[in-house]
Amino acid sequence: MDSYIVSEELQNHSHHAGEHGHDEEGNKMFGFIVFLLSESVIFLSFFAGYIVYKLTTPNWLPPGVEGLEVREPAINTVVLVASSFVIYLAERALQRHKLWGFRLFLLATMAMGSYFLVGQAIEWSHLAFGFTTGTFGGMFYLLTGFHGLHVLTGILLQLMIFIRSFIPGNYESGHFGVNSTSLFWHFVDVIWIVLFVLLYIWQ
Amino acid sequence: MTNVPIDSLSLPVGKPQHESPGGWKQYFSFSTDHKVIGIQYLVTAFFFFLVGGIFAMILRGELITPEADLVDRTVYNGMFTMHGTVMLFLWTFPSLVGFANYLVPLMIGARDMAFPRLNAVAFWMVPVVGILLMGSFFVPGGPAQAGWWAYPPVSLQNPTGNLINGQVLWLLAVAISGVSSIMGAVNFVTTIVKMRAPGMGFFRMPLFVWAVLSAQIIQLFGLPALTAGAVMLLLDLTVGTGFFNPANGGNPVMFQHYFWFYSHPAVYVIILPVFGIFSEIFPVYSRKPLFGYKVVAISSLLIAVVSAIVWVHHMYVSGTPAWMRLIFMLTTMFVSVPTGIKVFAWVATIWGGKLRLNTPMLFALGGLIMFVFAGITGIMLSSVPVDVHVNNTYFVVGHFHYVLFGTVTMGLYAAIYHWFPKMTGRMYYEGWGKLHFWLSFIGTNLNFLPMHPLGLQGMLRRVSSYAPEYEFWNIIASLGAFLLGMSTLPFIFNMVVSWMQGEKAPDNPWRAIGLEWLVSSPPPVENFEEIPIVISEPYGYGKSEPLVAEAHNQAQ
Ligand code: HEM
Ligand SMILES: [Cu+2]
Repeated sequence: MDSYIVSEELQNHSHHAGEHGHDEEGNKMFGFIVFLLSESVIFLSFFAGYIVYKLTTPNWLPPGVEGLEVREPAINTVVLVASSFVIYLAERALQRHKLWGFRLFLLATMAMGSYFLVGQAIEWSHLAFGFTTGTFGGMFYLLTGFHGLHVLTGILLQLMIFIRSFIPGNYESGHFGVNSTSLFWHFVDVIWIVLFVLLYIWQ
Repeated sequence: MTNVPIDSLSLPVGKPQHESPGGWKQYFSFSTDHKVIGIQYLVTAFFFFLVGGIFAMILRGELITPEADLVDRTVYNGMFTMHGTVMLFLWTFPSLVGFANYLVPLMIGARDMAFPRLNAVAFWMVPVVGILLMGSFFVPGGPAQAGWWAYPPVSLQNPTGNLINGQVLWLLAVAISGVSSIMGAVNFVTTIVKMRAPGMGFFRMPLFVWAVLSAQIIQLFGLPALTAGAVMLLLDLTVGTGFFNPANGGNPVMFQHYFWFYSHPAVYVIILPVFGIFSEIFPVYSRKPLFGYKVVAISSLLIAVVSAIVWVHHMYVSGTPAWMRLIFMLTTMFVSVPTGIKVFAWVATIWGGKLRLNTPMLFALGGLIMFVFAGITGIMLSSVPVDVHVNNTYFVVGHFHYVLFGTVTMGLYAAIYHWFPKMTGRMYYEGWGKLHFWLSFIGTNLNFLPMHPLGLQGMLRRVSSYAPEYEFWNIIASLGAFLLGMSTLPFIFNMVVSWMQGEKAPDNPWRAIGLEWLVSSPPPVENFEEIPIVISEPYGYGKSEPLVAEAHNQAQ
């Protein structure tokens, strides 16, 4: 520490120093992606459990249960997947500084997400088996319930960025809140597609 | 720039200062300074180490005679469950996270962690875990009794019929500690990947930072599996789902998969940072560059990857088919390759160096010796025929205590002594440190070596009484345990007295190389007056290259 070499090249380098550690938006987004990767492992663990149980349990479906009705969940799936595009449109509107477009598309996303949740709740209320009906019942409600919780979280996040869009100047500097909410929504969507295939298609 | 008094370090205008009230009070506050949080972790963890140690003394007290005469079976079961749980979840994990918190930003030339608030929240969850675990002693039926692995169907038994029982609190505690660890992992990975000082490429990072990065990647991809299993077990226990409950069509072995898919790699979450500590300490006290720096760095990542595919070695006797056993035996043995590389590199570093046997070096050397021993018994255990024979005996207990006490805890002591001057600005007393070392080195071996013959002779673990022919080795082990318990007294004395009135420490008492030694002892808030520019590899002992260039015209 008694001697330091300060070369021309390093002088130039030091101008980039600002990029190191001060890029807060970038850090947050990176952290959020890392978090989502980690979260997807929880879902993967549940999926792996589901697959193993299904393959190794002799009487997989509870007595009297024929299988799951596919029609309603399929419509639900279409709505949820479509909402991913809508939130993308919201994001784009914001980039073009069309604040009202952003709000409208966001409202539409929330509506579609809520439609999905309500549809799920109705399906639950009709089912002939419960949470404690063997591993099948447990796995079904665990997977759909845990995913539903994520849908709810997504809608709450959307509500938050919707409200915050009314605070003047809020979305001028950075869009971490918006980008992360949208990324989360795509994540919830992709998870659902896998879930739909596992639970409803592969019966 | 050396010896800049703290108060003359003016922080750039407009940068928010951390709101720390200063003095000892800051350690009881919601501070967002990574150094304060680091010390909060360390002190909290040490407190629980003592708690876990008291449980261990009770266990060994019981085992000094063949009969179960000190405590009854229920208490004994609660004791070994809590001992294992506290030692793992409240001593090793948090203390290593404490060091990582304190050191990583300093070592990579950052002002703080990427998400200081998240960091503080993650820390304050640790006392909550502690309160839940300790509180479980007071609920009907007492604390969890199914061991720290909580295998069903034992963990599903609820004789008192209460909704809130020790096992439920245990599962909640584990889940909260998992959430806290995931928060920490996101923070560490982001900090290390995104916040390194200019010039610090990945291959200029200190090995401790490499180790933390690898360990935290394991946390990110392993912990969710444990969390999934814990949630399912909790549901089985409280609402009566049938995931692991054979009475409701479930499969208890599935829990073992969830559990070990995380808990085997978790062993490396603990041991990798200790390897990192060794890699920092050996070069300084040998005055030589670390041998094979790049290979050692990469071996950490390699261990992290391989560790994800070996978990079934804990389940050789759980009805695992032979072909699967074979695969997992081979992958397990493969872990010894990157690990062996590290040991080789350390020995080559020490070899022919100018050794200075200060307390940190003694602890690191002692830890290395005991790790080599643990490695040998570990390879034995990874082979199916041996494991089938000694599974669930004291041989296993001996093996993992050589890892967890001999290596991890000794490595932690090494780290505490080594960075004590930096953290507190005071020197510790060398004589007391050496006394502490010899007591714990002798105590560890007296305590855990006898467990190997005991296990080979067939003494089962988790029993509070045993056949009289096992008495001799048990007495030795218990005496060793009491010696080990006593060895913490000179340590505590040393730490308390040195922190209060030890000699003032210079910025770099060990003449070490590394960014953390460039700042004052203790380091100022926000660490660096100017972010350093790194211009050479770490561990340049005996070379004349400087580590950093001073940054003028820094773009703030
Ligand atoms: C004075 C030091 C220690 C003594 C005397 C001691 C003693 C014991 C004993 C007697 C058991 C019960 C074995 C059984 O019945 O299965 C045990 C289990 C265990 N110990 Fe220690 N131990 C010490 C330190 C540590 C440390 C430092 C760690 C971790 C960092 C640790 C981790 C564990 C674990 C994970 C278990 C397994 C608990 C279970 O079977 O559920 N121990 N120890
Ligand atoms: Cu293992």
